[in-house]
Amino acid sequence: MSLVLDIFTIVAVSAGAFFFLAGTVGLLRFPDTLTRLHALTKADNLGLGLVVLGLLPQAQQPFDVIKLIAIWLFALLAGATVGQLMARVARRERPTP
Amino acid sequence: MTLALAVDISLALLVLAVAGWIIAVRDTFGAVIGFVAYGLLLALVWIRLAAPDVALTEAAIGGGLTGALLIGAAARLRGTEAAARAEYPGALTRMLAAILAVTVTAALAIGVLALPDPAPTLAPAATASLAMTGVGNPVTAVLLAFRAMDTLLEAIVVLLALLGVWSLAPDRAWGGCPGPRRLVDPDGVLAYLARLLPPIGIIVGLYIFWIGADLPGGKFQGATILAAMWLLVIWAGLADTPPISRTWLRILLVIGPLVFIAIGFAGAITAGAVLAYPEGYAKPLIVAIEIALMPTLVLTLALLVAGAPQRMPLQ
Repeated sequence: MSLVLDIFTIVAVSAGAFFFLAGTVGLLRFPDTLTRLHALTKADNLGLGLVVLGLLPQAQQPFDVIKLIAIWLFALLAGATVGQLMARVARRERPTP
Repeated sequence: MTLALAVDISLALLVLAVAGWIIAVRDTFGAVIGFVAYGLLLALVWIRLAAPDVALTEAAIGGGLTGALLIGAAARLRGTEAAARAEYPGALTRMLAAILAVTVTAALAIGVLALPDPAPTLAPAATASLAMTGVGNPVTAVLLAFRAMDTLLEAIVVLLALLGVWSLAPDRAWGGCPGPRRLVDPDGVLAYLARLLPPIGIIVGLYIFWIGADLPGGKFQGATILAAMWLLVIWAGLADTPPISRTWLRILLVIGPLVFIAIGFAGAITAGAVLAYPEGYAKPLIVAIEIALMPTLVLTLALLVAGAPQRMPLQ
């Protein structure tokens, strides 16, 4: 059983790392602020979510599970808010075509 | 090479690279953002060195609070940045600066390399006397029992820094509200966050403050979180900064150091030395000092970021 859980952890954390990598590539390669923000927040939400999901079976106590999920939810909240605020500034300061 | 070592080496290289970038980058705002990232990376370094107390302080004060102060400073300097960049120093000035920097670095390097190995440590002595203080976290015992003088002066220094910030107020705004008036956007995401997050943040801040007696945590880290929650509400426009002439504000600003000093001098009578605690009363006195310092620190840290008074309150 623990082998199955370990494999699950490795797969999920690796998938999370892949999303972070993809998000970083997007941040560096995408043409404008809004698309770069999109790449960054997606990577944060999905990447961190998968990393947390993968770490859940490794938690020692039930309290650690709650803490891990709380960390993910806080990162979601912060990412969504800051993404919105930055996008508004970017749209306001966009040079008129 | 083990995986942990590889992570440590990459982390060290990353910290050095970010530090180098902060110095090399020409843009003030970019350097400040680099500094915040540097603070967070440094917190990870402290975690790897098994020093969670220092890591929490670095993340809260070093990265978070100092970062917020520097972002405010960078925003104020934006108008003068082009002029400052035009005044490029001459070759002689730059050479002298380089010589000074290299000398300081070399002196530090020699000092670090000359440290005896193993380094002299008071950790066993501190651990052996831990039971006398009644607290379970050795870091808290050092901060509030063995080296209480340092903590007292630290609390006073932040208060002096706040007075320094206030002294920048124009005459007409003296006694008024720090920072510009923020207008609330009722449908804005910031107002939403400022309604959602503070209840959770206040619990986390108080928890970190309370747990500091026995586990990593403490008043500075907890106070930073509470100050951040207050600033979030202020910046979202849901509350205004209090005028600095308010009596309750001034009482709370000095109550922490005053209680600390009072208990310290009482120790001269009851325990034979200034800042000593009478036997058996160490824990309650430490808790009393911590509770008194808490509002002082929350207000001081938040008002430091809020800045100098700029306007009188609306009648």
